[in-house]
Amino acid sequence: MIESKNHPNRLGIWGWLGGGRWGMERYLYALHRLTGLGLVGYFLLHILVTTSRAFGQGPWDRVMGTLQSPLFKVGEYLVFLAFAFHAVNGIRLCIIELGFGVGRPIEPVYPYRTSVDTQRPLALVVLFLAALLAAAGTYSFWLH
Amino acid sequence: MMKDQKLWTWHLLAGVVILVFLGMHMTVMHLDALVNLPGLNPADGHPIDWANVVARGKIMFFPITYVILLGAALFHGLYGLRNILLELNPAPWLAKTIGVVLVLLGFGLFAVGSWAALTAHTVAVATKVV
Repeated sequence: MIESKNHPNRLGIWGWLGGGRWGMERYLYALHRLTGLGLVGYFLLHILVTTSRAFGQGPWDRVMGTLQSPLFKVGEYLVFLAFAFHAVNGIRLCIIELGFGVGRPIEPVYPYRTSVDTQRPLALVVLFLAALLAAAGTYSFWLH
Repeated sequence: MMKDQKLWTWHLLAGVVILVFLGMHMTVMHLDALVNLPGLNPADGHPIDWANVVARGKIMFFPITYVILLGAALFHGLYGLRNILLELNPAPWLAKTIGVVLVLLGFGLFAVGSWAALTAHTVAVATKVV
């Protein structure tokens, strides 16, 4: 936040996707934010909904009964997919934040090289693991 | 260390806590077809069936981890939301208002959620499942 002082974010939300010729990491960044917003919205409602268990079986069954429609089931599935991606990509972000997987600093000599190339395998591993987790969730949600 | 750096560090640490406890929560609630841990869903039905809710509620481990997860997830989620909103360059008064509203919302929901988790434990202990 401090770094953005006196540097107005002129592109706003459009900058998440249309900021320039970004690599796939930029789209992972946008997806991380979108899934984060979805998860936080769901979580705030989830706290209120699950409070009903403190009032006993009757209120719990009534509340859960209203959440059994296909619409909520699909919504819950989307939340799981968002969790799968956000969690695995979050691990990648922590690894990079700590300075691992970005390569050693090098002189800016032409032709310039970017550390994004060094990070790319990590991003691919994230996509693979998220897909694996999503597949497990898909099986548990719909095929079991 | 500046205030925002501290908050960012807490944001990352909260993410690790969430990864562990929400991972467990998701495994119990949504991956039960693949990972059927004994004793967690003894009613043999859906994890949200009342009998299963009571069975888990009786074990003190669950209310404690729920409260930890609640605090970590509220901080992580609301701080992340604040960062996204502040990046849109709101006027200083609005930025301050956003901060205050999110803090109040976080503490309010933490109080409600913690109360529910601990009361549900009391209800579960008092409930005799047939």
